[in-house]
Amino acid sequence: MKNSDLLSGGLARAAAMSLALSVALAACSPDNTPQGEHVSIDRDPFPSSYTALPSETTVIVNATILDGKGGRIDGGSILIEGGKIKAVAEIITPPDGATVIDGTGRWVTPGIIDVHSHLGVYASPGTQSLSDGNEVGDPVTAGVWAEHSVWPQDPGFGRAAAGGVTALQILPGSANLVGGRSVTLKNVPGRVAQDMKFPGAPYGMKMACGENPKRVYGTKRGSYFSRPHTRMGNVHGYRQAWADAEDYQRRWDKYERDYKAGKDVLPPSRDLRMDTLAGVLRGDIKVHMHCYRADDMGTMLDVMKEFGYQIASFQHAVESYKVADKLAENKVCSAMWADWYGFKMEAYDGIRENIPFVHKAGACAIVHSDSSSGIQRLNQEAAKALADGRKAGVDISKADAWQWLSLNPAKSLGIDGVTGTLEPGKNADVVLWSADPYSVYAKADLTFVDGAVVHDRADKAKQRVADFELGHVGEGDVK
Amino acid sequence: MKMIKSFRRAAATLALAGTALTGSVIAEDIAVTGGTAFTQGGKGKVENATILMSDGKIVSVTSGGAVPSGYRTVDASGKWVTAGFMVSGTSLGMGEVGLSGDNNDARAPKAKDTIGLDVAYSLNPYNAVIANTRIEGVTRAVTQFGRTKDNWLGTGSVIQLGGTTADTMIVRGQAFISLSVDEGAAGSNGGSRSAMWASVIKKLEGAKPKPKEDAEADDKKDGDKKADKKADKKKPKEKTGGDKLLADLFAGKLSLQVNAHRASDIAQVIALKKRYGFTVMLTGAREAWMVADDLAAAGIPVLLNPLDNLPSRFDMLASTSQNAARLHAAGVTIAFLPPDTNNSRLVVQSAGNAVAMGLPWEAAMDALTVNPAEIFGVGGSYGTMAKGMDADVVVWDGDPLEVMTSADAVFIMGEEVPLVSRQTKLRDRYKDIPRAPGFKK
Repeated sequence: MKNSDLLSGGLARAAAMSLALSVALAACSPDNTPQGEHVSIDRDPFPSSYTALPSETTVIVNATILDGKGGRIDGGSILIEGGKIKAVAEIITPPDGATVIDGTGRWVTPGIIDVHSHLGVYASPGTQSLSDGNEVGDPVTAGVWAEHSVWPQDPGFGRAAAGGVTALQILPGSANLVGGRSVTLKNVPGRVAQDMKFPGAPYGMKMACGENPKRVYGTKRGSYFSRPHTRMGNVHGYRQAWADAEDYQRRWDKYERDYKAGKDVLPPSRDLRMDTLAGVLRGDIKVHMHCYRADDMGTMLDVMKEFGYQIASFQHAVESYKVADKLAENKVCSAMWADWYGFKMEAYDGIRENIPFVHKAGACAIVHSDSSSGIQRLNQEAAKALADGRKAGVDISKADAWQWLSLNPAKSLGIDGVTGTLEPGKNADVVLWSADPYSVYAKADLTFVDGAVVHDRADKAKQRVADFELGHVGEGDVK
Repeated sequence: MKMIKSFRRAAATLALAGTALTGSVIAEDIAVTGGTAFTQGGKGKVENATILMSDGKIVSVTSGGAVPSGYRTVDASGKWVTAGFMVSGTSLGMGEVGLSGDNNDARAPKAKDTIGLDVAYSLNPYNAVIANTRIEGVTRAVTQFGRTKDNWLGTGSVIQLGGTTADTMIVRGQAFISLSVDEGAAGSNGGSRSAMWASVIKKLEGAKPKPKEDAEADDKKDGDKKADKKADKKKPKEKTGGDKLLADLFAGKLSLQVNAHRASDIAQVIALKKRYGFTVMLTGAREAWMVADDLAAAGIPVLLNPLDNLPSRFDMLASTSQNAARLHAAGVTIAFLPPDTNNSRLVVQSAGNAVAMGLPWEAAMDALTVNPAEIFGVGGSYGTMAKGMDADVVVWDGDPLEVMTSADAVFIMGEEVPLVSRQTKLRDRYKDIPRAPGFKK
């Protein structure tokens, strides 16, 4: 039943995911050979088991509110009810029984969404046993899924909640041309990764440009005969993978056509790598591509057009400022650091104004972390980028800049319909800051996911202590 | 001499910044006026300050003081003025690009004498990371090695970031010997903490100066047995390299920097200091707060990254971003480590975060100036804006610890640093996206 639901979008597109047999009525083919069972693929074999935590009807009053889409209300109020944002206005009369929080001097924003995290897959402590982020073995490992590596007990999730992070994309590493599937999580405690999975969030797929794949495969194996060894070798690898995926999809399409025509046909062999790549070509899976250099991005924009898919974001993207116009035109987001640069050759041309320059060009700018430390202070990263932009003459308001932290990441992940702004009807993914979050001294007083408090700076009971931390020195300490 | 130095600076400025010089090549007399100055770390606040710099040194800081003739005035009205900041634990000037770039001179895995390594041979004043760092108000750094074949990590030096030669950059060469005794060091140096410590102690015992009587007794014994010829032969060779540096350590001429994290490992460092009596500073120090009182009593200062709050390793389980605040409260002198060398400038943001987690603002300012000056033994010439100190002065457009604040003017040893770097040039080139970026606009 689940399978047919999932396939309701069109049988002709029925490729992907783990094999499941759905019992179709045995019909007879035109030549009277009885048809075998129809084979379809379960596209959601690891479904989200997330349930919202208990929440109360809450009104925050007299706060500075940034609505996440460029609006600002000084001395405003927000009503959270049933896990959703009910109202945002200057004055809201609290419903009976509502918890009223005085927001005087404090700021309210949408929860921060980090599109580039390795929490859970490169967990703390960083032991070899917990190093689960990169299936290095082959240049194309599209068949691996980050969620199968996510350790929900990574203490980093709780720290990120203390930094106002309400959702995050966990990506495989960047050794491979195609690293595998990402997963979008809500930043809530969970016993298994599925407890954290953002319901309805599309899958992402990690790819990597440039230096990493050619270093990992072309030299680290100690042989020049391993591929890829060059950037052109990288591009060959991507294109061959897409060509293979097209072929794979055609075989499944043909199977569906033939079966529908009543023929007794066997489905194509299942290839888990191709399932993911074909999912991208169908538009079901979003590509997030680690790419530093402008020219690498330029190449990938053409590969994207050649094979008819969309790149949701370039990750790290330290040179996006050089091609921001092209990125705007091609509707590709850039996920960036405020000021990291120079740690490797392809990061050498990073500048502090990258984020505001991308914004200025009308392209989608995102502040990301790629760091278990950085994820705790993404508001400060946005603040630095904002200040650097202003000094370079790019006039951006604090209200607009917050799009880098919530709405734009939500768009690139395909969850902006339900989160990313403080609009009535959206999930109450909200942060109450102790002060202007563009200040180094501001801290998240309260972080809400679906209206439930997932971090409370004033209440030890609402500060996450991971299983790993129990019984160790520092358990329950201020972190 | 001054002229030559300044001329080099001028030449360097031209090469680096491509900006035409209009002024004299002789160090100017400069007055920074109208700002709110903090002359001694976070203390010594002077409103409407007139800061006079001449011949590379601070002449005076007075409230509303007059500007003598011949001084160029830099208006800092409404701005904050502090001493240039100092960052510890970097490898600045020793490598341009960490991965797949130039040679990283901060790694010396094949060096034989792992104690004697001196950064002076590696320092490149034109390293782009230096300019990126100094234009953000960080004017001093400790630069040192990251890796050798064992847990002795050479020596580190204090540099000023305005120099044009290694010689002019180095303020205090070989200020300390660096040693790591953390979990990683134990794993690769004997495989066990016990094996590692045995080897460290053996090394130090071998370098320990012999008590006088013992030395004389040795001589006598030799003399009894054989003739003067033998005695001559026995005459101790002059020590060089690491051996000389270890002797200097015992003689109090430099200090020992020890990297450790776990509280029990830090306790061993404290014991080491008690055993040998030389000067010790602790670096890394994730769990230092747990033994804060002992560190204070032993007079061991601590270098730390205030952002470290994850149990990244089993020797870091009690990491907390209150480490700085707690150590300070216990009376330990602290200074800050940056996230990494490229991000040396972010030490200022880290300091701000330490304040957010409970460290008094004044203490954070001290940890960026007077504390590292004292810890690394350069407090006589740097760290405050007292008369006669090197004129490292930064004008900020707000609270320097705030993330939206930046440096408006930077002076290092009395010379104004152009706020130009590879990064600002890329910024200017691409601010309006060019069709042909190789050409001048």
